[in-house]
Amino acid sequence: MADEMAEFEPKIVAFLCNWCSYAGADLAGVSRIQYPSNTRVIRVPCSGRVDPMFILKCLQDGYDGVLVSGCHPGDCHYISGNYVARRKFAILKTMLDFLGIEPDRVQFSWVSAGEGEKFSKVISRVTETVRALGPAEKMVKKGYRE
Amino acid sequence: MKDLIDKVKTIFADESLDVVIGFERGSIPLRGTPRFFESAEELDGLIFDITCHNTLAKYLASEKKRPGGPRKIGIIAKGCDARAVAQMVVEDQFPKENIVVMGVPCKGAIAPSKLRKILDGKVAQDFKIEGEIIVISGEDFSIDVPIVEVIQNNCLTCQHPNAPQSDYFIGEPAEPIPTKTPFADVEKLSTKTPEERWSYFEEEYSACIRCYACRNACPLCYCEECFVERTNPSWVGKGTDVSDNFIYHIVRALHLAGRCVDCGACATACPLDIDVRILGKRVEKEVLERFDYVAGLDYDTPPALAAFKEDDKEEFIM
Repeated sequence: MADEMAEFEPKIVAFLCNWCSYAGADLAGVSRIQYPSNTRVIRVPCSGRVDPMFILKCLQDGYDGVLVSGCHPGDCHYISGNYVARRKFAILKTMLDFLGIEPDRVQFSWVSAGEGEKFSKVISRVTETVRALGPAEKMVKKGYRE
Repeated sequence: MKDLIDKVKTIFADESLDVVIGFERGSIPLRGTPRFFESAEELDGLIFDITCHNTLAKYLASEKKRPGGPRKIGIIAKGCDARAVAQMVVEDQFPKENIVVMGVPCKGAIAPSKLRKILDGKVAQDFKIEGEIIVISGEDFSIDVPIVEVIQNNCLTCQHPNAPQSDYFIGEPAEPIPTKTPFADVEKLSTKTPEERWSYFEEEYSACIRCYACRNACPLCYCEECFVERTNPSWVGKGTDVSDNFIYHIVRALHLAGRCVDCGACATACPLDIDVRILGKRVEKEVLERFDYVAGLDYDTPPALAAFKEDDKEEFIM
């Protein structure tokens, strides 16, 4: 069992905003900064585009964790997208916690286009947090985990 | 009741209303039935008492879609009705100039499911209120029950028994029925471990047959196309998997975050007596603590999730 846990590689979805975090990921790439390869990136126009339903759907489909990353407050390309997103995510996290689903499976961060180093740190932290939590079981649709 | 009818008739004439949405005595004992009163004569059948549980604000959404536009409406409003109306006005779902809110003091509404349990198969015909007791009588029986044992759960924590905003208020304002603090149920469940909470919700939601009665009864679920009916992409699976029930209940609570007025219509409508309110109540608590917002108290504050502050707390962001 201990060996199995050590080998557990979580599957994580990362929703990255086009203007900051996606560019941050790009910078991490061109700067050859190493980070775990557990995330699957989905590019979105803005963190405000991420409907909490997307996150729930990822959990239902058997992903072990979800990261949403956008521009720092005040830097949103659409002025207020990340402010609105922040309120939605606060409510979602509260709700997951109340339902008894590990709230740490769902993470949020602000990463700017110049923060390649921070991006790699965020990904490493999310990966390690989710790895420690183990495979997702709650909310997962039957038959959606191999 | 005579007083209420006379006052509403006067308002009907003064405001030249086309219709009054209120209650009449229904065919089921101890259950008022919503009715559209279209003339002064019809208003003779108007009632308002403990049997009137429906949230009448629900009917505004269909009225808005009426060919030729909405009529001039008067609404008999309990606290929750008035809040739902205010919320719809804030969200630009109904023109304020077309609605006259007639506040009435609410002393709680009978929950049909609780009544059913008390009656245990017997057929009630009449009731009488004697202070804190309701005397329910039928052909060959009479039961005394404390009122707090038959009214809806949301009435037990209600902070707004009288309309916070109304054009007219008919009668003496009612005192709140404070048997519990507003978030007592949420706080009680929060003290349990995550595993216990999970099994509680799993048990509750696995009973859900997704009949969507809770959504249909909700005055603020007015979307023409609900996410559950979308097929491409299909957000909620059509099978019996409990994860789909979770998605439905979580997303419904999210869509009502900062908007829910806790009228309890969803819980009363549920044919399986699922605790559909508690998740929304948890959200309501968070919205109050985090964003300092209570839904439906006035006609112009935007809902919490349609607004933001630059310095909103963000302790959860890494």
